Amino acid sequence: MEYVSPEGLRLDGRRPMEMRQIRAEIGVVAKAAGSALFEMGNTKVIAAVYGPREVQNRSQQLNDSALVRCEYTMANFSTGDRMRKPKGDRRSTEISLVIRQTMEACIMTHLMPRSQIDIFVQVLQADGGTRSACINAASLALADAGIPMRDLVTSCSAGYLNSTPLLDLNYIEDSAGGADVTLGILPKLDKVTLLQMDAKLSVETFENVMQLAIEGCKAVATYIREVLLENTKQLEYRRGI
Amino acid sequence: MLQNKSFVKRTRGGKITKVVREHYLRHDIYCGAPICKVCDTSQARLSPTPSTILIFDTNVVLNQIDLLENPAIDDVVVLSIVLEEVKNRNLSVYNRVRALCSNSLRKFFVFSNEHHKDTYVTEMSGESKNDRNDRAIRVAAQWYQSHLAGSARILLITNDKENKRKAIEEGISAETVESYVRSLSRPDLLDLLVQPASEDVNMEEVEDLRPSKRKIIYTEHKPMSEITSGLHRGIYHQGKLRVNRYNPFEAYVGSESIGDEIIIYGRTNMNRAFDGDIVAVELLPQDQWHEEKSLALADEEDEEEDVHLVPGSADDAPWTTAQPPGSAGVTESISSRPSGRVVGIIKRNWHSYCGSLEPMAMPAGSGGVAHALFASKDRRIPKIRIHTRQLENLLDKRIVVAVDSWDRLSRYPSGHYVRTIGQIGDRDTETEVVLIENDINTRPFSSQVLACLPPLPWSVSSEDLANSIRQDLRQLRVFSVDPPGCKDIDDALQCTSLPNGNYEVGVHIADVTNFVHSDTPLDDEASQRGTSVYLVERRIDMLPKPLTEDVCSLRADVERLAFSVIWEMTPEAEIISTRYTKSVIKSCAALSYIEAQARMDDSRLMDPLTTDLRNMNALAKIMRERRIQRGALTLASAEVKFQIDTETHDPLDIGMYQIREANQMVEEFMLAANVSVAEKILKHFPLCSLLRRHPTPTREMLEPLLRTAAAVGLNLDVSSSKALADSLDSAVADDPYFNKLIRILATRCMTQAVYFSSGDLSPPEYLHYGLAAPLYTHFTSPIRRYADVIVHRLLAASLGIQKLPAIFQDGTRLTSIADNLNYRHRNAQMASRASVELHTLIFFRKRPTDTEARIVRIRSNGFFVFVPKYGIEGPVYLTPRGDKEGGEWFVDEQQQKIRKMDGSMSYSVLQTVFIHLEIVEPQPNRPKLQLTLV
Repeated sequence: MEYVSPEGLRLDGRRPMEMRQIRAEIGVVAKAAGSALFEMGNTKVIAAVYGPREVQNRSQQLNDSALVRCEYTMANFSTGDRMRKPKGDRRSTEISLVIRQTMEACIMTHLMPRSQIDIFVQVLQADGGTRSACINAASLALADAGIPMRDLVTSCSAGYLNSTPLLDLNYIEDSAGGADVTLGILPKLDKVTLLQMDAKLSVETFENVMQLAIEGCKAVATYIREVLLENTKQLEYRRGI
Repeated sequence: MLQNKSFVKRTRGGKITKVVREHYLRHDIYCGAPICKVCDTSQARLSPTPSTILIFDTNVVLNQIDLLENPAIDDVVVLSIVLEEVKNRNLSVYNRVRALCSNSLRKFFVFSNEHHKDTYVTEMSGESKNDRNDRAIRVAAQWYQSHLAGSARILLITNDKENKRKAIEEGISAETVESYVRSLSRPDLLDLLVQPASEDVNMEEVEDLRPSKRKIIYTEHKPMSEITSGLHRGIYHQGKLRVNRYNPFEAYVGSESIGDEIIIYGRTNMNRAFDGDIVAVELLPQDQWHEEKSLALADEEDEEEDVHLVPGSADDAPWTTAQPPGSAGVTESISSRPSGRVVGIIKRNWHSYCGSLEPMAMPAGSGGVAHALFASKDRRIPKIRIHTRQLENLLDKRIVVAVDSWDRLSRYPSGHYVRTIGQIGDRDTETEVVLIENDINTRPFSSQVLACLPPLPWSVSSEDLANSIRQDLRQLRVFSVDPPGCKDIDDALQCTSLPNGNYEVGVHIADVTNFVHSDTPLDDEASQRGTSVYLVERRIDMLPKPLTEDVCSLRADVERLAFSVIWEMTPEAEIISTRYTKSVIKSCAALSYIEAQARMDDSRLMDPLTTDLRNMNALAKIMRERRIQRGALTLASAEVKFQIDTETHDPLDIGMYQIREANQMVEEFMLAANVSVAEKILKHFPLCSLLRRHPTPTREMLEPLLRTAAAVGLNLDVSSSKALADSLDSAVADDPYFNKLIRILATRCMTQAVYFSSGDLSPPEYLHYGLAAPLYTHFTSPIRRYADVIVHRLLAASLGIQKLPAIFQDGTRLTSIADNLNYRHRNAQMASRASVELHTLIFFRKRPTDTEARIVRIRSNGFFVFVPKYGIEGPVYLTPRGDKEGGEWFVDEQQQKIRKMDGSMSYSVLQTVFIHLEIVEPQPNRPKLQLTLV
């Protein structure tokens, strides 16, 4: 199948190096310590952060650092076919783990020993790249909750179809069977916290695809920073400073 | 600007789901006209001052693609919505439009109207998809009109009346194809037009004049839904229809559902299916399975057997040989083969065909539209009815015709003229026909491909010499042995005596992969072409000429890069060790087979080169002996060689190609190199090696050989290749040519060897039957075969000197490459045979000849003879054609004899007869070679 037309347009009209439209909103769940809504095109996820709070299960308590827990779920209505997925299926368990590890890498857990931070992410609408969207949402929610972090983690996916590196795959491109690289970086520190790929790529192409994903992550970071700054200004204004 | 497209779709499971997709509208889509002041014109493709910019609607593109391909039509804007619809409806037309759009000589521009912010239209409620798309086309046309504001005329071409009316209402100039082509005042273009559906009425009127033809000839095709359910329930069988090359009234459908081939006899049962169509077949009741067998050879019309070259393998041989006609004795034996009839066509394989018009009288009013019948060169294709306005020009021409439709009332499909190739019988025209028929790409290499060549003139650089992967073998006495006049020398040999009495034998192959890197335009082109094609008077290269004849060619006295296989061999030709390396060599002599043979035979010559040759020849003889011991078949072929006049390129003389010891010597080392390389690459890459296999022939395929042999009292053992080889060896008679004849007959019972990817089959299937080798591949001719290029890459990767390109990880890609190579290889062979046939015809045009021939097959009204001297085969009729029930002759199936009823004369198979060869022209412009008994 042709995923990139000879005119250089993808199926949805983007060019290979373009991301979908992104949008973020902070403070969507009033009860949570921090929350955010993140959209990448038609992929829409919501994240809520609780904590740092007392560890619920004493046996899990860590004496030198905070316990980070993460739960990833997909709303039953998030995909077109309304399939009832059992909670805790392999896929969500894996993504929960991936998100937890990625976030753990940026949270300064040593500052909050004997406490627990819960991150809940839910996919409201899925159209490819849910992993990245969840990480971005979680990152924003953590920032909203005021949890000390080394840097904002941002994530973006990239793939390789029709011998072209493509940024930010949507569902059709994702299910095309080509390689799909999901990358999470700490943009200020220039460090990689997450790198996943299914399918195979030669090293040269992989480097190109990864470079593209890095660009994507940086663009997301710029946007997230803007959103946070705007949010902070709002808070400032409300406080009347 | 973001827009969501939502639509309802039915999933494979049958559920109805709503799909929502993002649809981005852009500002940066340009109009493609260089005159435009607003848009970025770097990608513009239209001409600088277009008088008229054409926009076609979907149906016009689908139906009139031949017109679009004509250079007279230019400055076309192809809308992406049109492309999308065309793609969904007909992929081959889509590919042709795409080819036009990417052809730098044509001015076709693709405008992505669906993603342009001003030309995207949303579906209105109550509007059908087609109406919406038509509206999108109109909106785009309007946009162009206002965008280019008067600097060019925009013309929408549509055959849809409603669409045209609306367009004119909206102020867009619109015309139908026909009126537009008429306005160009080019009558030849009008022939390219496909007659629109309304023409059907006309057609019937024409047929009305002949009441006998008015009847319904073919049964109706079943609707697709019925076919699908029928396939599901197992009543119908799906498969690709293949028409017998030698009998167009017989076809086969390989069906997976019953695991056998279904035979379809007669055009009525074929029900308008063409060769290559995917069809649905219904089995006939078992008692009808052999009903039409005798009809299989009887001709409905005037189809006839032609003189042709001796088939090289079972794949080219007439299938009917397996079932001798006439006698009642064999009918039961074949009734086990199911026969059926076509009930529906799932996918058409229509394309354009080469051929000529049936000779016909000129209609009275010249200049008007005439109906003519077109006969394709490919006999598998039925005659095609076309309309033409230039009949007088076309009658003696070879033309290309495309098929448009075939309705039930008409005996023949209707089509339209595409282009003229040239005069019938002209050598260049006929050669071009051969090339088109075999789908051989003769276009010059594109500039992108040529850009991949190394800077010329090229010579071995110091970097190449310094490269640690490359061994310097320039001091070795390397030489090449090839046919005289060979310019693409891809192999060279070397044989050095070692102090311990052994020999170091090297096979050095041109290092093509040093210049052809994977994933470059050059590589893609070579992989598409697959092989060089050798015709009698010209060669169509796989790689551009500088590579073929100079940079890669291992010419004498120049340094060249090579990929070498070097063995240490004992004087008994036992391989002690094998080594593979990239190297630099300097050939000291480029010998021809004749020169090499002469050197070996001349006992006075004692120079080192000749000694090497003799040593190698001694080794080769032992290797050959051993190979034959293992059961390799020595098959004979009737290859002919022409002597061509250097001025006129007409053949002066033909004779059998002589095989010398020197040929066998080179062949032996090439085989050994191929086998060694096959072992090496398979060891490293068991799942993605490209190998070559030759399937064991089935008993059925050997049947004609056994029958012929039995008739002359020869008992062949075909239980294994070894047994067959032995019994072929023992098949000697007083007649010196007898053995060769039997071998030629054996050759045509074999299937062709094929390339395959080792991951697709299990190791026992890797066997090469003819060579009796468990593993075989092609390594030794990378200049002229792409398979060898792939094998070079595999070998380099297995040595760790280069990385394996990514495509080797993709099993399906590799399989499709192997399939393409097989297809190209076969076509190349067919083309060179056709070229030889053509030259044979030209040769006999001026020289009616009497010569000796051998009977190879008995038929009810005559027999087939093989003419050893010229390597051709053809029918000799004992009774006049058309007079089937002559009754004078009687066929004895058991003894393969044909006898006159009164017993005065009889002919038996393999008997020598004298025949007269002459070119006759039964119809004007249709010369053919006729064989008659003297």
